Amino acid sequence: MAKITLDNLAHSYLKHPTKDDDWALKELNHDWVDGEAYALLGSSGCGKSTLLNIISGLLQPSQGRILFDGHDVTHAPTAERNIAQVFQFPVVYDTMSVGDNLAFPLKNRGADPKYIAERVNAIAAMIGMEDQLKRKARGLTADAKQKISLGRGMVREDVNALLFDEPLTVIDPHMKWELRTQLKQLHHDFGHTMIYVTHDQTEALTFADKVVVMYDGRVVQIGTPQELFERPAHTFVGFFIGSPGMNLFDAEIAGTNATVQGASVPLADAYAPVAGHAQIGVRPEFVRLRAGGEGLPARVLRVEDVGRHKIVRLDVGGTAANAILDEGEPVPAGADRIVFEPQAINVYADEWRVAPERRQGRAA
Amino acid sequence: MNKTVNQKAWFLVLPVLILVGFSAVIPLMTVVNYSVQDTFGNNVFFWAGLDWFRDMLESERMWNALGRQLVFSGIILAIEVPLGIFVALNMPKKGFWASFCLVLMSLPLLIPWNVVGTIWQIFGRVDIGLLGYTLAKLGISYNYTQDFFAAWATVIVMDVWHWTSLVALLAYAGLQSIPDAYYQAAKIDQASRWKVFRFIELPKMAGVLMIAILLRFMDSFMIYTEPFVVTGGGPGNATTFLSIDLVKMALGQFDLGPAAAFSLMYFLVILLISWVFYTVMTNLDKREGR
Repeated sequence: MAKITLDNLAHSYLKHPTKDDDWALKELNHDWVDGEAYALLGSSGCGKSTLLNIISGLLQPSQGRILFDGHDVTHAPTAERNIAQVFQFPVVYDTMSVGDNLAFPLKNRGADPKYIAERVNAIAAMIGMEDQLKRKARGLTADAKQKISLGRGMVREDVNALLFDEPLTVIDPHMKWELRTQLKQLHHDFGHTMIYVTHDQTEALTFADKVVVMYDGRVVQIGTPQELFERPAHTFVGFFIGSPGMNLFDAEIAGTNATVQGASVPLADAYAPVAGHAQIGVRPEFVRLRAGGEGLPARVLRVEDVGRHKIVRLDVGGTAANAILDEGEPVPAGADRIVFEPQAINVYADEWRVAPERRQGRAA
Repeated sequence: MNKTVNQKAWFLVLPVLILVGFSAVIPLMTVVNYSVQDTFGNNVFFWAGLDWFRDMLESERMWNALGRQLVFSGIILAIEVPLGIFVALNMPKKGFWASFCLVLMSLPLLIPWNVVGTIWQIFGRVDIGLLGYTLAKLGISYNYTQDFFAAWATVIVMDVWHWTSLVALLAYAGLQSIPDAYYQAAKIDQASRWKVFRFIELPKMAGVLMIAILLRFMDSFMIYTEPFVVTGGGPGNATTFLSIDLVKMALGQFDLGPAAAFSLMYFLVILLISWVFYTVMTNLDKREGR
């Protein structure tokens, strides 16, 4: 177990990157605190797997350093780093039995046979394959194979970190939930540093203490699930996390007031004049529908009942927006205005969140 | 689902039957026809029953040729398969050099058999051949027309030169189909190079290697042209393999009856050995699947 430090790390798959777009992973400084569970969240192709492969040593970064507990391992081979990694698609050694597959990493490190047997049994119980240890791995179903891959990743107790690269993609939903719980339990019991790459926000939010959101090769926010929900640091975070994502409107910001499409929207705090492209972001949970009176003119397009709540699809002067109503709450008759809860409004300049100048009603 | 019964559909396979009949069955039957008859010339044949087969089974000449043939096939398989795998493992995976190597490797496969024979026949000559001349200058006694070992070595090296590429290309195709994730996982699991080969590369190549071995066995078992051009089956009978012997018998001596019996038995031996190969290998595969 170790603290993993990324120091000025960046990677490009090109030999001579010139422009910003050439970098698959933009310059990054970050400490992965020893023993925490992180989720690395982002859409496909945002650099998540690149980052993971650099940490495990499968890829050499174009620049920067990686430190394990302050010890430079940037050019150390994978074996030396003692890291476990599970990949998106199952990798099993076809000609070996399930048990031998699980024992493989331990055998390669020359562990004691008694200890190996013990660990293999423990892991087999965890992934629910105790009765299949003698069976050849060839011909198993994809999710059984992936369970073996996961098991192989967890079999070593002394690893510096456990990396998961979208490991549950091929697993069916019921088992997904169960394995995720197992992983959390494992983290709880052993306190490994875990990094879990996913593009599924539910997976990320339930698994991790801290969620690292990546966008376009850049880490845009690191925070607890709550922080990501309430204060998305980048419009991508607002949009990517939440279902549906955050509503964004072009706005002019002046003090405690934002002007959206000519209508005035009160803000909870005062903001300095915003440079660049100004927007306000409000999560659908904090959008209220009104019939007449104050607020932004909006047209209800349709209402989707998703069980726990209703999603109201709106057209706000040509911009699509959503509101979420509780299951029991009716859509007001003749609703043609929306208002926002001022505390829930975030202000963005060129996609990045702007902190308020001072908090209203509190000492600055 | 109810199947429509329409026996007329059998007529649709008629063209294939006719084609196969003319291209395989009838020629084979002519051979069968010769194998059970004898003649004293003038195109007069009379029934000989299984005499020729009995003769052939008792013929030391045939057993010797079969023995030489098995040794030859065994040696070239033992060289070409491991060497082909080794070459495939060391070929570049992608880029310009991968294509370059592929082209280079396929070159020997594109050369006609008799040309290969001629190339090596000249190559090995002590007076004008690069190989023969060099060996002679180095003081090594080398003469494939006189010396038993030189003749065998030349024929074997020639076959290795000609056909290792085939094994290498097939093994290479097998290797290319292994996803990167396997190698990455092996690195994470801290597997040694040998274990990567043993548990990832070899199992993934097993299927194509089976085909390679089968092809190389059948081909080498039927080899004719190259040794015929280089050594003519000599010195003595040292490199007289089955097909060389067969041709000598059928066209040299014009013993059609014994030659026909010989070729039928030859055919059955190839069929039998190929079947054994195939069954053993597919069973190995199945047993591992359990």
